[in-house]
Amino acid sequence: MIPEIGHFALILALLLAISQAFFGLAGAARRHAGWMAAGRSAVVGQFVFTALAFGALTYAFVQKDFSVLYVATNSNSELPLFYRVAATWGGHEGSLLLWALSLAGWSVAVTALSASLDAPFRARVIGILGLISIGFLLFMLTTSNPFDRLVPAAADGNDLNPLLQDFALAVHPPILYLGYVGFAVAFAFACATLLEGRLDAAWAKWTRPWTLAAWMFLTVGIALGSWWAYYELGWGGWWFWDPVENASFMPWLAGTALIHSLAVTEKRGLFKSWTLLLAVTAFSLSLLGTFLVRSGVLISVHAFATDPARGIFILGFLTAVIGGALVLYAWRAPGLKSAAGFEITSRESFLLFNNALLVAALGLILLGTLYPLFMDALELGKISVGPPYFELVFLVPMLPLLALLGVGMHAAWKRGLLQSKRRRLMAVAGASLALAVVVGAAAYGALRPLTTIGLALALWVMGASLLELVQRLRGRQGLPGAVLGMVIAHFGLGLATLGVTGVQSFKIEKDVALGVGDAATIAGYEFRLAAMRDVRGPNYIGVEADVLVSRDGRAVTTLKPQKRLYNSGGNPMTEAGIEVGAARDLFAALGDDLGQGRWSLRLQYKPLIRYIWLGALLIALGGGIAALDRRYRRRAEASEPAMVATADASG
Amino acid sequence: MTPRRKRLLAVIAIVAGVGSAVALAMFAFEDNLLYFYNPTQVMAGEAPAGRTFRIGGVVTRGSVQRADGSLKVRFVVTDYQKSIPVSYEGLLPDLFREGQGVIAHGRLTESGEFVADEVLAKHDENYMPPEVADSLHPPPPEPAG
Repeated sequence: MIPEIGHFALILALLLAISQAFFGLAGAARRHAGWMAAGRSAVVGQFVFTALAFGALTYAFVQKDFSVLYVATNSNSELPLFYRVAATWGGHEGSLLLWALSLAGWSVAVTALSASLDAPFRARVIGILGLISIGFLLFMLTTSNPFDRLVPAAADGNDLNPLLQDFALAVHPPILYLGYVGFAVAFAFACATLLEGRLDAAWAKWTRPWTLAAWMFLTVGIALGSWWAYYELGWGGWWFWDPVENASFMPWLAGTALIHSLAVTEKRGLFKSWTLLLAVTAFSLSLLGTFLVRSGVLISVHAFATDPARGIFILGFLTAVIGGALVLYAWRAPGLKSAAGFEITSRESFLLFNNALLVAALGLILLGTLYPLFMDALELGKISVGPPYFELVFLVPMLPLLALLGVGMHAAWKRGLLQSKRRRLMAVAGASLALAVVVGAAAYGALRPLTTIGLALALWVMGASLLELVQRLRGRQGLPGAVLGMVIAHFGLGLATLGVTGVQSFKIEKDVALGVGDAATIAGYEFRLAAMRDVRGPNYIGVEADVLVSRDGRAVTTLKPQKRLYNSGGNPMTEAGIEVGAARDLFAALGDDLGQGRWSLRLQYKPLIRYIWLGALLIALGGGIAALDRRYRRRAEASEPAMVATADASG
Repeated sequence: MTPRRKRLLAVIAIVAGVGSAVALAMFAFEDNLLYFYNPTQVMAGEAPAGRTFRIGGVVTRGSVQRADGSLKVRFVVTDYQKSIPVSYEGLLPDLFREGQGVIAHGRLTESGEFVADEVLAKHDENYMPPEVADSLHPPPPEPAG
């Protein structure tokens, strides 16, 4: 009964999404206040019914209702409650529902917080969000209904993939989706702007906090995914350039470019059409990412052939959204002119470089991700693009990006760089380089060029951020949230760069075969296999090793890696033993029983790896602080772009 | 310099920068394309000598041999028509099992043995790597998940 209520709620949500789109867009076109108000009410209704559907599905999971196909496929009677709830979004249908719920949530937030916008514009934004909701709800109802019954009901479920039975991965999809879907708001603002043929840049100011919020969620989501891969996949890597990861990273790169270009559009009225295009791109890549991961096309292009309805719907929907937006863009964008000039060392130039470099990296990653799919679809052979390609094409634009970032942060709008700033920045740059050489040589005994460059850039970005902070605190202009957020995010980027450089340059990995009592040494740490024992969890059994780690005869820690076998059957799972430290992680993963009482183990020394995720969290925090800047909460006064005088104050 | 010329210079700098990045990427792209072959193709000499590539197939039942207590392992990968012996030293993935699909990355030696530096098995017990599923000669048996 409950699943049928959920199904029914989903249908009602679709009808409300249709009225949201219709009353929003038609109400704006006819300037009909009643219709526009109806569009706003439909948003709330759509959210309520989507939430009801989501609640019904969660309830089916909690109640272990294995007469629902989706529940039977993704859950199991032994699964603990927390993971039963998380299993709601553990598969294709449920994650689409989560997507739709997230979109409905953003739509409600936009509706509630946009009362200061002029009514037709607001109605158009709501209407466009409604169109996107229609697409998703229709997709679910026609091809991927999570409430389909299984007749006869299964005695027990299939189980959630053990890999997904983990806290970070349970919360990863909702946060990631909040990010993906949040770009729909920027997309809707951009489309509404194009529809109205607005020539001003006020929409940039309205869009900025929403884009920052979405970008913040996406940053946290990606960081969680990377952290999970590190400790749960069992082998200690933190980024694999896997298509699934690229699918979330590409919208992030586009979103990063977008928040920077929005700054220029808002402050100076420049790059108007470029910013609109980026808003369309960021959301298009979010859609592409969702479908790449969820449609099964990455596992096999031929997945489409086995389920043509799904494939055709996805292609049609992508074409409608992206194509529609681009047609709108082609029609309206030529009317947008930006006439203002700027100096080569002005902030505008640096943000232009930022955008060029980010988009270059994005394009090359897109090429590497989609090329194998095209080759396979065209029967031109099976290939994959190796991580070295992605590393190179990402690194090459990122090095100049980081180098320019430190200066760009201090550059003023429109004018060239001040002489006094130049001197201080030169000092920071010199100090960073010297410190990088000293740290590289003293702490790790190595002076490789790329390592030194990486360390120097990391220190440079952090130093330049701190310099900006100090100058702001001393100066009279105060420290608005937008600037504080920028400083924190950039400092976080420097910190993440430090982590990446440290772990990529100095990590040590070793596979060893140890009997109980044997030891192996890496990076000065002795790993001794002290004991093996059997363990039993709520829904698995396994073995656990005691690995005593010591350095110069002094005990450091005991790692307890496990090998688990879940009761629902299937393959063993590796749970790594990790000792977290500020300077390094020590990592041991248990392999196989090699016979004769010996076990294979992978031992790792991972210097500075924590700073990758800590940096990412700071980046997200910076985004959040910037999104809450008081300036955005003031009533948006009509439409004039901010005057140069206020813009200079933040330079 | 007039603002116009400055802007022109900036545009030229960006185009040159992006252009060189793209050129570099193209070289990197060519170098890092990993081709996939099944044992039949390898035996027919289609696989490149002296270059790494990936092979895939099913691990022949009863073929996994371990030197006791060491990390060295040998097994045979088959597409049910031709087979290739594979040697590897290191930890095998959790999902590695006889009778299941695997992908190995490495190079072919003169003696016809494939020396793998990486062995992959996807993280789903019902999952057959698509390259492997497509390249098997008789269709794969029902997965034993």
